Amino acid sequence: MKTIYLDNNATTQVDPAVFEAMRPYFTELYGNPSSIHRFGGQVGVKINEARASVAKLLGCRPDEIIFTSCGSESDNTAIRSALNAQPDKRHIITTAVEHPAVLSFCKFLAKTDGYEVTFLSTDERGRLDMDEYRAAFRPDTALVSVMWANNETGNIHPVEAMAEIARDHGAVFHTDAVQAVGKVPIDLGNSAVDMLSLSGHKLHAPKGVGALFVRKGLRFRPLLVGGHQEHNRRAGTENTTGIIALGKACELAAESMQTEVTDVSRLRDKLESGLLAAVPDALVNGDPDSRLPNTTNISFGYVEGEAILLMMDQLGIAASSGSACTSGSLEPSHVLKAMGVPFTFAHGSIRFSLSRFNTEKEIDFVIENLPPIIKNLRKMSPFSPGKKKTACFRTGSPQ
Amino acid sequence: MWEYTDKVKDHFLNPRNVGQIEDADGVGEVGSLACGDALTLYIKVDDKGIITDAKFQTFGCASAIASSSALTELIIGKTLEEAEKLTNKDIAQFLGGLPREKMHCSVMGQEALEQAIKNMRGEADTKAEHSHEGELICECFGVFDEEILHAIKENGLQTVEDITNFTKAGGGCGKCHEDLERLLAEAHGETAACATPSQASSHPAEGMTNIQRMHLIESIIDEDIRPALKADGGDIRLMDIDKTSVSVQFSGMCSGCPSSQATLNNLVQAKLREKVDPAITVVEA
Repeated sequence: MKTIYLDNNATTQVDPAVFEAMRPYFTELYGNPSSIHRFGGQVGVKINEARASVAKLLGCRPDEIIFTSCGSESDNTAIRSALNAQPDKRHIITTAVEHPAVLSFCKFLAKTDGYEVTFLSTDERGRLDMDEYRAAFRPDTALVSVMWANNETGNIHPVEAMAEIARDHGAVFHTDAVQAVGKVPIDLGNSAVDMLSLSGHKLHAPKGVGALFVRKGLRFRPLLVGGHQEHNRRAGTENTTGIIALGKACELAAESMQTEVTDVSRLRDKLESGLLAAVPDALVNGDPDSRLPNTTNISFGYVEGEAILLMMDQLGIAASSGSACTSGSLEPSHVLKAMGVPFTFAHGSIRFSLSRFNTEKEIDFVIENLPPIIKNLRKMSPFSPGKKKTACFRTGSPQ
Repeated sequence: MWEYTDKVKDHFLNPRNVGQIEDADGVGEVGSLACGDALTLYIKVDDKGIITDAKFQTFGCASAIASSSALTELIIGKTLEEAEKLTNKDIAQFLGGLPREKMHCSVMGQEALEQAIKNMRGEADTKAEHSHEGELICECFGVFDEEILHAIKENGLQTVEDITNFTKAGGGCGKCHEDLERLLAEAHGETAACATPSQASSHPAEGMTNIQRMHLIESIIDEDIRPALKADGGDIRLMDIDKTSVSVQFSGMCSGCPSSQATLNNLVQAKLREKVDPAITVVEA
């Protein structure tokens, strides 16, 4: 059975061209870039080429890029660095809908190091309130960390405007752009963003490589200490194959940016409208006016997400859910919870995230085969519309 | 990705006995939409006390559906006395086992059966009403001490994580973990450390004027009670105070929540009794 992969916000297929670019660096050109000999040195040259490709995609200088092992490492490094560089400032501003790499880390810092953290709320579409944001600043605000785009809903936050506000207040601005890089244009040369995290495997490079942009001149404190690599900013022998792959992936992302905005978003829109037309009591979570071109998050009322995913899995369709049962926790997604999505809909939410490798045929297959699955599960559910009152709506009155 | 047995997959993909029985002799409803899974069980019993038919409707994940399906297969043809002896372990065993984190699905099946039998005998409504003499331990999922103690004994649970896997208690905000530890100790026969109740003879509101009392109640609702409810997406409004009778209204997630009655008794009333006057009763307006 062929897999229809609609879970690209979880991870992506390594682009075959990326794989080709990294392949020689395993068994042939395996030198250490720090070595004096040419055999190693030639790898160092390649790493700097990769750095230039990443910088080009982000519109920044190559020496502003530090390679890391993943998005979470980039996030952790950025946050720790900003705090350690400003020991007198004890306040952090972030949002309630961040990825756990930021959210859980901020909670951890509050608990163990006594930092005070403001978690910005969102409205029912997942939009941040700029007045709440402005009012959150304090004289001791060290850092603002706001994701560029949300992994679950695809919502794009106004980070560039928010970065300028942070600059006015003398706070460092970091953004987790793991979901945004490669999908929407980013131009750091013309922005007030101080630090930005990205992850290779979200843009068709392999897992195990990430990068952190640190604006030139910003005071930086490394997380990993004990080696001179990355100009003393990240110790540890470079993941040469991963870095070279990331460079190639960024090159391809720059070339295919237009495809994302046109083709991928057209397929996403087709999927979304097709499903909404075929399934009653379904709604889109997020902000359709400002979101990634590849993501849609749809809640199917009265049914549970894990059951939907496993039924889809029988047909080879791969997606993910904000339901509690899929994660092993008992509570539904913190993002949907923060948005005030009623529990009944949060448990039945499915995220579809596309990539440039998806085809029209695949989307047609999903539009044809998913509605009967929902219908079937609703037949089984004691809560189907009309059958029983549903309590516990957070917003609006029980139907 | 969960490791489900072939039997779980089979009962999820081809569930047996889905539906309703219009003239059922007993109906049991457990769970809620908010909690993420819910099961309604219908049973038909003949005059010899044999369960001749059973049907179910389930909202929930694969293991919840499979557990419901297994439950109906297990009880059809059994006498009520035999069915009453059925445990959640029997359901899990019938399915060739469930992932530990999903054991609460089998517990839900057993509870629905218990409820349906009680309902048939006219001892209870279709939906479980907890005796509020029991102690509400987990506010997130509305789990009472008796259910937890039952699950600990039935399944030999050893840790807080076990309790969460089997009953969901402790799977939300986590603030009841200490209570769960206490129940574990209690169930395993150790003397649980009990907080000594305050012996103070006077209460905080003694000697206050009516207006002062009202202000005190208002501030306790604002400072102690509302934040706890807000954390779960709910809210509360003070409607009226008449001597020791306080009437409030829930909104947001709390309105219509299955555990709102418990919240009223165990959070709102308990807090006001502790901090204002032990004679206070709280009612929902």
